[in-house]
Order: sequence, then structure tokens, then C-alpha cells
Amino acid sequence: MPDALFEYLLRLGDNTLVLGHRISEWCGKAPILEEDIALANTALDLMGQTQLWLGLAAEVESKGRSADDLAFLRDVWDFRNVLMVERPNGDFGHTIMRQFLFDAFHLPLLDGLQNSSDQRVAEIAEKSVKEASYHLERSADTVIALGDGTEESHRRMQSALDLLWPFSGEMFLTDAVDDALLVSGIAPDLSQIKPIWSKTVEKTLREATLTTPEDDFAHSGGKTGRQHTEDLGHMLAQMQWLQRAYPGASW
Amino acid sequence: MISIVDLGIIRGVAWQGDTLEVTVTPTYSGCPATSIINLDIETALRSHGVEKIAIKRALSPAWTTDWLSEKGRARLEEYGIAPPNPAGGPQRCPQCRATNLEKVSQFGSTPCKAHWRCLECLEPFDYFKCI
Repeated sequence: MPDALFEYLLRLGDNTLVLGHRISEWCGKAPILEEDIALANTALDLMGQTQLWLGLAAEVESKGRSADDLAFLRDVWDFRNVLMVERPNGDFGHTIMRQFLFDAFHLPLLDGLQNSSDQRVAEIAEKSVKEASYHLERSADTVIALGDGTEESHRRMQSALDLLWPFSGEMFLTDAVDDALLVSGIAPDLSQIKPIWSKTVEKTLREATLTTPEDDFAHSGGKTGRQHTEDLGHMLAQMQWLQRAYPGASW
Repeated sequence: MISIVDLGIIRGVAWQGDTLEVTVTPTYSGCPATSIINLDIETALRSHGVEKIAIKRALSPAWTTDWLSEKGRARLEEYGIAPPNPAGGPQRCPQCRATNLEKVSQFGSTPCKAHWRCLECLEPFDYFKCI
């Protein structure tokens, strides 16, 4: 699979790009100032990581495209993020639950990528892993505070969890791209990331007094690009309109 | 307030032929100051008569607050920012030196800082996150 590395880098970069954009939508209107700043800071970290991953993707592709070209000039069907991160923010509880379910996956993934046989991948992971560990600490704490909070906050966190749970499985579905990168030692084994994720999630949800859904059905189609939800199109319309209306515009 | 050398982000300065190569590592991958810092480095070197400049980005080893110099730490505190502390929180209030402190938020005004408050003098302050 000659394009496997390119595909894989798009998956990494599109996850951070789409989630980063989503949480940046809270900027200026989060429930309290501190949370507003925290979400904007997390978004900034994810955007920084996006520049690195998509920058490397563009380099690997060697067709003269830049990270910006990949972010602003691809349409929905070319995106490779999991469906969970493109979901609209919903209420604050939904945003935090989605962040937690992703962070709990992102941290062990980056940790594994630090040992990548591709030095460029290992270096980006080494930089990002510190940021991801900070993100997880915060999102897990917030899930606990809200889950084990008031009756209202508990209810909202449980409903966010029930809604998001069927979207969490896609992070661990593998295909030929994952297999090719595992064989070449570039990417870690997702079946080994899953138990680490499960352990973090179980422990946190228990402390948060939330009930883990039992159904393991997983929505899929985002990371392979087979089928995104209509929400990604709406998000890209917002994110890309300037480059579409004024091609090549820069600061 | 604090120089980029004291911040620990300058990882190397060397001549490659007639080009001066400066290696910089970002504090956080999305730090918006990175491009301004690179521009400032170039401007400062040009004002010293260096004409050919190459600024290289190094991601590994990843920046750590261990690379802040003693002078840098002291300057931060003087300015009102508590320096990073391996114990996980600020050692004392940068204003009144009291140790009765509380965390307001894990994040602050920039990616590298968290938001704390002194319970003695009641002043809020930035704490330089320890990474």
C-alpha cells in the first residue's frame, strides 16, 4: 500500500483538526471564563498538532500541497477523522464527554507513536504526548466533577455518554492502512491501545457515578472516508469559506 | 521580561558556511508566538549585521520546563508569574510569597500557563505549567 502512510497521517491530522475546530466554536461563549480559556487552549494545542501531522502528510504525498491546502481545500469525502469528533458540540457536558473519550484514546496512541520506526512521526508524537496528557487530566477531572455533581449535571453527562458511546468504537476499528503501518513498525497496535482506553474510561466513569452503556455497536465510515455525517459538511463550510471565496488569501 | 535563551527554546546556533543557523524548539505545538519569535530572532540578528539566516525547527527532544534557566525562573517570578514546580503547582504566591494557594483553572492566558489564586493576598496569578 504505497499511500498508507499518507492516509494514516491524514487520520491523525484530521482528528486533531476537526476536534480542534469544534471546541474552538466555544470560544467566547463557554459557561464560565475559565472553561472558555481551557477549551480555547486545548483547541490551540490540537491545531498545532494538526499543522505538524498535515505538514508531514503533505511532505509524504509530495504533490506540492501544504498543510493549509489539506485543511482548507479538501472536501468532506477526503477527510479521514472519526465520526465522533465531527459531531456538533451539543451542550457543555456533551463537549466534555466527547473530549474525554477522545483524550483517553489520544494519549496512549501518541505514547505508542513515540516508538514509531519513522523518526518524523516519533518526533511529532513526542511533542504532542505532553499536551495530550494535560488534556486528559483535565477532561477526566471535569467528567468526574459533572457526573458526580448535581442531579442536572449527572443527567446531562449520562445522556452525553449514551449518545457518544456508539461513536467511540470507530477509534479502534482497523483496516488495511492500520495493518500496513503496524507491519512496518510506524504505528502501534490499536488492539493494544483499546484495553488502556477501556481502563481509563471505566475508572473515570465509575468515579463520575455514570453507567457505561453495554452495547458495543460502532458507527463507522469517518476514518476510512466511506461516509461522513452531514455535520462535517456544515463545519467545513464555516471553516473553509474564506479560502474558497478568496483562494490563496493570507494574513 | 525573559529572553528566549533563558526560556530554553534556543537549541543551537551555528555557522553553516556563511549562513547562521538557529535551531528553535516550540514550547507548545500550537503556540501562536512561535512565528513572532522567529521573526524577532531574524530582526535581531539582522540588526547585528548577520545577513544570511536559517531558522530550523527541532521537535525532539521536546521542550521541557527543566530547560528554563535559574535567571529565567527568577525573572518570571519578579514579573508576577510563578515558575514551574515539579510538585505540580506553584511553590508560593509571586506577589506576597504566601503558600496558601488554590488552582482556578488548569489553563491560563497562554498555552504554557495555568491560572491560580493566592488565598492570603487574594491576587490571581499565572503559573508556568511544568512539562
